[in-house]
Amino acid sequence: MIRVVLPFHLRNLARVESEVELALAPPVTIRAVLDALELQYPVLRGTIRDHGTLKRRPFVRFFACQEDLSHEPPESPLPGAVINGTEPFLIVGAMAGG
Amino acid sequence: MSKIRVLVGTKKGAFILTADGLRKNWKISGPHFAGWEIYHLKGSPADPNRIYASQTSGWFGQIIQRSDDGGKTWNTPGSSPDELKSPGGFPKGESNKFVYEGDVGKHLWYDGTAHPWEFKRIWHIEPSLTDPDTAYAGAEDAAIFKTTNGGKTWKELSGLRNAKSNLWQPGAGGMGVHTILLDPKNEKRIFIAISAGGCFRTDDGGKTWKPITKGLKSPYELPDPDAEVGHCVHRIALHPSKPDVLFMQKHWDVLRSDNAGDQWNEVSGNLPTDFGFPIDVNFNEPETIYVVPITSDSLHYPPEGKLRVYRSQTGGGEWEPLMKGLPQKDCYVNVLRDAMAVDSLDKCGVYFGTTGGQVYCSANGGNSWNAIVRDLPAVYSVEVQTLK
Repeated sequence: MIRVVLPFHLRNLARVESEVELALAPPVTIRAVLDALELQYPVLRGTIRDHGTLKRRPFVRFFACQEDLSHEPPESPLPGAVINGTEPFLIVGAMAGG
Repeated sequence: MSKIRVLVGTKKGAFILTADGLRKNWKISGPHFAGWEIYHLKGSPADPNRIYASQTSGWFGQIIQRSDDGGKTWNTPGSSPDELKSPGGFPKGESNKFVYEGDVGKHLWYDGTAHPWEFKRIWHIEPSLTDPDTAYAGAEDAAIFKTTNGGKTWKELSGLRNAKSNLWQPGAGGMGVHTILLDPKNEKRIFIAISAGGCFRTDDGGKTWKPITKGLKSPYELPDPDAEVGHCVHRIALHPSKPDVLFMQKHWDVLRSDNAGDQWNEVSGNLPTDFGFPIDVNFNEPETIYVVPITSDSLHYPPEGKLRVYRSQTGGGEWEPLMKGLPQKDCYVNVLRDAMAVDSLDKCGVYFGTTGGQVYCSANGGNSWNAIVRDLPAVYSVEVQTLK
């Protein structure tokens, strides 16, 4: 199972407690994870990536295994530790300073 | 006894304030959607327990929420997984999908170049007067969307962008449709106002729109003071018994029209300053109107640090300050365009919210005021429901 950690506001919106788990067949890519996430929680459609272009929203970031994957192509395979469930895929709201 | 429900949108969530018809003892519920910007929420006149809310975020975009029980519980309409699976199994995620129709087109950008339309957020939701499943939504970048299925899906009334939209240019506050007025005597007629865009009317249910700006003058904001589009209209209001009479708070100037916007005349009269944001009409007296004068376009707070509502009982021109119960020193809040509303009790209640988080109520048409609550986040919008 792929473990996905959502930011606070999206957890509330999707009405989930902490991590969500997604069953995915290979290849496990960023796009495949987001597709599965939105399939399970349609309210998240449009909140992480644009409805039409499917581009990541500017102030959303993707982290995994201490790496920033935000700028990786959507078809990029995720690290093995994410695929085998050892590490979560983190969807993060960018910092707002002040 | 009647009951009053005040719907308050703030920078950090929504709040619902309720009281009986005396409007003295209030219960406060919230924050709903804590941490999100709630630009506006409004109940359906046809079913007061149906409330729509615009929930938005710079991070996560636009969400439409709906309550069918007067604000106790909320749902994003049309977000059930089973309901939303397309034939290919992919979710359609409809309720927060606002897509401009056809060729997206371009409007003027800050640097004078043409800039493609980009959806940012919903500023205002106006439910139909007769059908709880129908509502209109005013968007930034300026457009109007309509739902006929309770907010599950939204379709743009794209004819608005044919009204010289290539000349619209955002001001510092963004280019949003912030006011939508439905004519209670003519279901095909809708008035809208756009920040730094102007004022427009449709007479065919939204297919075609025309600017209604004759008589507006903006010598300090526009190179052509009498331009057909581009005026920074802050708010328009009407009384349901006289929908051809419109009142306007423009960037500068308070105006009225007696012919559905075909011609406007200034009625600023003796106001201490005619800059401001909201304007509203007493429910029982169609010629009694309220504004909140703000010092200037550079100083968005009340003159002399004194918060005063001004009332005209002559449809404009002659104004009196209303200050009893309002702070008369060291007050430097603003009152935003969607943050004033009236109830429909025999003694009309007038309500407004401030950027300092206060929501004030007058249960006697403005003669005196009390703060319902004082320390909310900055108030974006105030709407009132009078429940029988």
